[in-house]
Amino acid sequence: MYGWIFRHLPGPLWLRVLTSLLLAAGAVFLMVEFLFPWMSQFTQFTDSTIGAPRNP
Amino acid sequence: MVLQEKVTATAKPATGVVILRKAVQIFGELLITAGIVLLLFVAWQLWWTNVESDAKQTAAVKDFARDLGGPVAPAPTPAATGGTAASGPKDYGAPAVGEAPGHGGTIGIMYIPRFGENYTRPIVEGTSGDVLDTLGLGHYGNTSMPGAVGNFAVAGHRQTHGAVLDNIHTLVPGDKIYVQTRDGYYVYVFRNNRIVLPSEADVLLPVPNQPGVRPSERLLTMTSCNPRFGSEERIIAYSVLDRWQPTSAGPPAEIAAQVARARGEG
Repeated sequence: MYGWIFRHLPGPLWLRVLTSLLLAAGAVFLMVEFLFPWMSQFTQFTDSTIGAPRNP
Repeated sequence: MVLQEKVTATAKPATGVVILRKAVQIFGELLITAGIVLLLFVAWQLWWTNVESDAKQTAAVKDFARDLGGPVAPAPTPAATGGTAASGPKDYGAPAVGEAPGHGGTIGIMYIPRFGENYTRPIVEGTSGDVLDTLGLGHYGNTSMPGAVGNFAVAGHRQTHGAVLDNIHTLVPGDKIYVQTRDGYYVYVFRNNRIVLPSEADVLLPVPNQPGVRPSERLLTMTSCNPRFGSEERIIAYSVLDRWQPTSAGPPAEIAAQVARARGEG
């Protein structure tokens, strides 16, 4: 999968290395910005209030 | 010829095998990806959210402290002004009680020397995720304000998003907890903590666990999750108001350095 993507990137080797690093950084950014905040609702660390469950 | 046929036979396996190999390879890569994503998630939650929240909270404390004004120098001690040291700090009468701001508004700053020299966290109105996940200590809207007779209750995360109350279990009876608001400085003294079930909302009553009883004490209640990396229980820390002094009197001498630092002048 990753090999296939790497082979299909355009340009010389250095450009393909650069592009794949940028793609990885973009993926991490998307995860930190959207995926992880959404996932955090399934962990328990953030329940610190008492009584009713956390407001939305 | 025979040799060549053999070579081509090993180099070109049946189409079914090729597809199976590809599928296994992609499946393996997906599993590795999932593992890396989960590791990144753990790092994000336990480390990066703290970095982010610390920066936001420091900025919020600075804004609020600058906005407040008032002298940064501590009030002169009775000994310095010719009085006797035994008379203790000056008594300013009944504490002023401010109005609660709207949801997300800053009420004040909390200083807890037991949690470290630089422990200065904003206290913000509301206990919903948007407050607790970025701004630190959230004030339960249905409880009193600092200094009032009754129960001033705040919640804070034990882990992640600044981990504002991570060390709540290290408080020792007698520890001072300072709350600074627009009106002045309130000095609370830690009394005891309790570990309760998450449903026990009675700990936030004006007289904790005694519904309908008229309060006579001025309490500060802090709630956080327990154990440190779980949420099966809640840890509740009670403190009682010891004294207060108006903003014009300057901060208590014990936290004068922190107050100056919070304002970015130290």
